[in-house]
Amino acid sequence: MTTPAPVEDPSFSLAGTREPPRRVLMKGNEAIAEAAIQAGCDAYFGYPITPQAELLEWMARRMPEEGRAFVQAESELGAINMALGAGAAGARVLVSSSGPGVSLMAEAMSYMAGSEVPMVLINVMRGGPGLGSIGPSQSDYFQAVKGHGHGDYRVPVLAPSSIGEAMELVATAFELAEHYRTPVIILADGIMGQAMEPVEQHYRTPARQTAAWALTGADGREPRVVRSLHLAPEELEEHNAHLQEKFHAIAEHEVRWAGERLDDADLVIVAYGTAARVARTAIARARAAGLRVGLFRPISLWPFPSAELASVADRARGLLVVELSAGQMVEDVRLAVGGGIPVAFEGRTGGMVPSPDEVVEALRELDATGGPLRRRRVRRRPPIPVSGTGHLHPHEPMAEPETGHDALSIFGDDAWMPHWYTVPVPTRPTRNGHGRGQGRNGSAERRPDDEGGSR
Amino acid sequence: MERSIVFAGFGGQGILFAGHVLAEAAMNAGAEVIWIPSYGPEMRGGTASCTVIIGDEPIGSPIVDHPDVAVVFNPPSLAKFAPMVAPGGVLIVNDSLVEAPSGRDDVDEIRIRCTPLAREAGDDRLINVVALGALVARTGLVPPDRIREALHAIVGKKRPDALAVDLRAFDLGMAAVASGPREAAGRAVAEEATAPL
Repeated sequence: MTTPAPVEDPSFSLAGTREPPRRVLMKGNEAIAEAAIQAGCDAYFGYPITPQAELLEWMARRMPEEGRAFVQAESELGAINMALGAGAAGARVLVSSSGPGVSLMAEAMSYMAGSEVPMVLINVMRGGPGLGSIGPSQSDYFQAVKGHGHGDYRVPVLAPSSIGEAMELVATAFELAEHYRTPVIILADGIMGQAMEPVEQHYRTPARQTAAWALTGADGREPRVVRSLHLAPEELEEHNAHLQEKFHAIAEHEVRWAGERLDDADLVIVAYGTAARVARTAIARARAAGLRVGLFRPISLWPFPSAELASVADRARGLLVVELSAGQMVEDVRLAVGGGIPVAFEGRTGGMVPSPDEVVEALRELDATGGPLRRRRVRRRPPIPVSGTGHLHPHEPMAEPETGHDALSIFGDDAWMPHWYTVPVPTRPTRNGHGRGQGRNGSAERRPDDEGGSR
Repeated sequence: MERSIVFAGFGGQGILFAGHVLAEAAMNAGAEVIWIPSYGPEMRGGTASCTVIIGDEPIGSPIVDHPDVAVVFNPPSLAKFAPMVAPGGVLIVNDSLVEAPSGRDDVDEIRIRCTPLAREAGDDRLINVVALGALVARTGLVPPDRIREALHAIVGKKRPDALAVDLRAFDLGMAAVASGPREAAGRAVAEEATAPL
């Protein structure tokens, strides 16, 4: 079985570099914020929470300097819904928070995924559940990868392991968001946010991807609709099929991971973000003690590099998953390798970080209990070529969905509205070929089965 | 190779600043470095600490179980960090505030009366910079000129008037450590690091 060549840590692309790189010491939160500004972020909405507060502070100072929009909202709910509005209007939008705030944003995430509004959301994770602690944590993996809002949807999740990588992934996230018309999450943790590291100040500004769907004012053109409401089951199923097609394309083309010291490894640590850095130190110590250990570091948590990990696992005796959680990504690792190899777990919770020695101890246990090395002959789907350096896989852009009216999905025809709320909308043919009524609220002309118009 | 340094004391004693200056100096000397604060409700009067890791390769674990060097400014920090210092490491104690012994005989313990030296430099708040001078003189982790440069970059930008006092405090801290760097914990990481005095 072939193993995809592990890529080294993603290197910066020189494309789009505006000034010669110079190393400066930057705090993670601030570096991420500046990278977003340099990536062309038009609008930032946020609400303070530790450990991401400096991100918001940096934006508060810098965005007005650049003549762009900064809003400290009244709550996380306000922030994310402002982002929905600005994103629907075609702006390049950033929102940041930490776990408790991201939970509040779950509803709008679903709406944005459903109405295909691009946005980048940064979660600088802290200990949970509930208000938890402010210490670093990776316990929002489920939330980011499996969870947040309701409905059949996925969003790309990118996990940086250094501040420099976080800066590059911010640009990548905007690219993905606009290319696929989707929210994208960057999953960092308290250490990534709070630490300072030397970074090279070259930034990337992704080209704007024409927002042929954005609500920019219908003067002189056909109006457009950005919405998640599709009351007709057939229509909603069609919309879901379109979304699923998109998610398959993302899963096909946007897998990112990095490997270290995998060439001769018979034990492999699987870890992302800060846990991967702890693993790196543990691997050095374990190798000094005679264990052959390598690192498999997912960078895209969704899509998870399952096929790639399976290929690596085929050459190993055991896997050790290290997380700053009670064990969340470990479930995806077990799914990926399909039970053919021991998968051990080492993690700390509550804002605690595993020490390298704890990880080495777990490696020793795995080494003692792990089965003999077997070159298994399990056929899996062939590995996807690794695009580990954060460049989009070139392929045809997604077909644009048909559009109708300039209207958001927040008020569907059947949604509750204040009695005085009426929006005069001219009658136009819609994608279903129906005309629509004049009023939106209790209009006598609207038939219950009329699925046209804005829902 | 990596070397880890912990600064710990009361909030307001310039703990994070001392680490920042060291990290900036190490970066400019060509080393890899990471600076991590203990963040949270640690304002003036609470406890604060920060960790600086200097290496010749990208830094791995940001969490240090056994720091090579600990600089402690108050009694609670001595109690917490003195037992953690790696055997053969360096423990720098602010003798102006810490009376208790460390209880360690396997580390290179340096006790400095930071406050009188800071006062002599012109500002008795600068115990952090005095201790930084002692740290650099004893360990040779980064060249002293890189620290002076970093002070220029960090302090000089905001408060040029304070820079001269900072530089004096640093030199007094250096001079307070009589003997040169010991091999144990202080092997230079940065390529331009000083030779043993």
